[in-house]
Amino acid sequence: MIDVEAVRKDFPLISHRQVHGVPLVYFDNAATTQKPRAVIDALVNYYETSNANIHRGVHKLAEEATAAYEESRAKVARHIKSPNGGHSVVFTRNTTESINLVANAWGRANLNPGDEIVLTVMEHHSNIIPWQLIARERGAKIRYVDIDDEGRLRRDEIESFIGPKTKLVSMVQASNVLGINPVREVAEMAHRYGALMLVDGAQAVPNMPVDVGDLGCDFYAFSGHKMAGPTGIGVLWARPEILEAMDPFLGGGEMISRVTLDGSTWNDIPWKFEAGTPNIADGIVLGAAVDYMQGLGMAEVREHEKSITDYAMKSLSAVPGVTIYGPPSAEERVGVVAFNYGDIHPHDLSQVLDQHGIAIRAGHHCAQPLMRRLDCVATARASFFVYNTRAEVDTFINALEDAGRYFEDTGLLPGTGAVGATEKMA
Amino acid sequence: MNTNGAPEPQLDDLYRELILDHYRHPRNKGHLDGSNAHAEGFNPLCGDEIELDLEVEHGIVQRMTFLGRGCSISQASASMMTEAVKGQSVAEARHLAESFRRLMTEPEAGVDPELGDLEAFQGVAKFPVRVKCATLAWRVLEDGLNEANSNHDETNEVKE
Repeated sequence: MIDVEAVRKDFPLISHRQVHGVPLVYFDNAATTQKPRAVIDALVNYYETSNANIHRGVHKLAEEATAAYEESRAKVARHIKSPNGGHSVVFTRNTTESINLVANAWGRANLNPGDEIVLTVMEHHSNIIPWQLIARERGAKIRYVDIDDEGRLRRDEIESFIGPKTKLVSMVQASNVLGINPVREVAEMAHRYGALMLVDGAQAVPNMPVDVGDLGCDFYAFSGHKMAGPTGIGVLWARPEILEAMDPFLGGGEMISRVTLDGSTWNDIPWKFEAGTPNIADGIVLGAAVDYMQGLGMAEVREHEKSITDYAMKSLSAVPGVTIYGPPSAEERVGVVAFNYGDIHPHDLSQVLDQHGIAIRAGHHCAQPLMRRLDCVATARASFFVYNTRAEVDTFINALEDAGRYFEDTGLLPGTGAVGATEKMA
Repeated sequence: MNTNGAPEPQLDDLYRELILDHYRHPRNKGHLDGSNAHAEGFNPLCGDEIELDLEVEHGIVQRMTFLGRGCSISQASASMMTEAVKGQSVAEARHLAESFRRLMTEPEAGVDPELGDLEAFQGVAKFPVRVKCATLAWRVLEDGLNEANSNHDETNEVKE
């Protein structure tokens, strides 16, 4: 079990910050997590002691910075159990850039008119837009797997959509609104037809043990800042033979082997995909975030979040008028609970909670197609991380009930009358 | 007190009774038969949506209705706007839109008395992330007035 009180002391912002005169309750972890002291110190330490450009200088500092950056890559590889070590780990800015890299470098060369890409309606815009752009350019078609009434992917559609025309299947391992998807089974289905499988792991890597070899996927993308690491650094893991066969995404320094005026040859993987001076500092600090998460143990992290999520779902369900979206059990989720409270708009709800020092997300969560599918404009979302407690969930529920009292005369809550009647104007 | 020493904004500054009343009982909500201009707008950050139907004749906004989905501030703003603008000339409506924008972005400049009840939105300026909710309907109005204007020009050209 995680010692939450000890963990909270590791995060300066969590242990000290007050908002509107009360201690902060930070429930917006699916957007970005707070950073532990070890991560903050690693960033300062790098700039204070080892800052240099990497991979070229023949001096002590350059050697130290290069070693730290490559050591971080190796830590990331171990964290997701990369069967090929750091060889398969490309540093990017974030999940979005990782997916754009695949869409451009792999998609442009491998997608042809009539080919199909299979996505799902629960994808974040970052796993929709890159494919829409490349599909339009290459004349490929996108098919979106629907969800059932409990927010799970429709297995019948997955099976019927994946076929001989499919070139790539791409989906979230854990949704930022709903639940966890059976990506290992889907990867098997994709491979049966010779299609590749990309997994968006932005919400999975921070919250559960991930083993890319076991998942059997071909590409795996995630961000550092949602797992206690810094912003501006993300990861694309891919099977090395696919990376070898791919052309570069961005051109420039670092990614080349030999440059002449007539043409050039590329550096080895993964550096072939890291053009220009990379985000050295945050790359190194990501290694510190991996160390921190490994120190807690990912199985323990998963248990803690499951327990908090279960408690939050039960507490929310007890409030009349609350609708929770997605699968009914915490087992099928990472620490994400999207909900609505009567007809109170999530923005208005979030505004009242903010007065209680509680940070939740309100909006479409960069998943507009999913919001339309759920037939709502937006939802509120509470999302948890290693430092959240049951006591914080209690504070949150009390504040929610306060919001209910604030809006109870407005007719927005069940049993208090309808709102927004629409009439035809003559 | 927050970091710059100003008093903390209170919820009641934002959710004035008049605003909640318009949210609960929106005025002029629906489609408008006989409209001659239509405009719609969307706030991609939060998903608020507003559609306007306008009937503009002889340079006067004779009637206007709205449809929309979104937070209380965005929907109440649209409802109160339809009441404020109805019967106004296009020039007066544009002036109101400008005054409302200033109320949101330059609150220290004071309230234009022409705004009337719209002054209820004064408190929104203290909640910067909500300013876009309040101004959405007014941005759509400007598009609607431009469209009414161009439709009018086309009609004149046909007549000529």
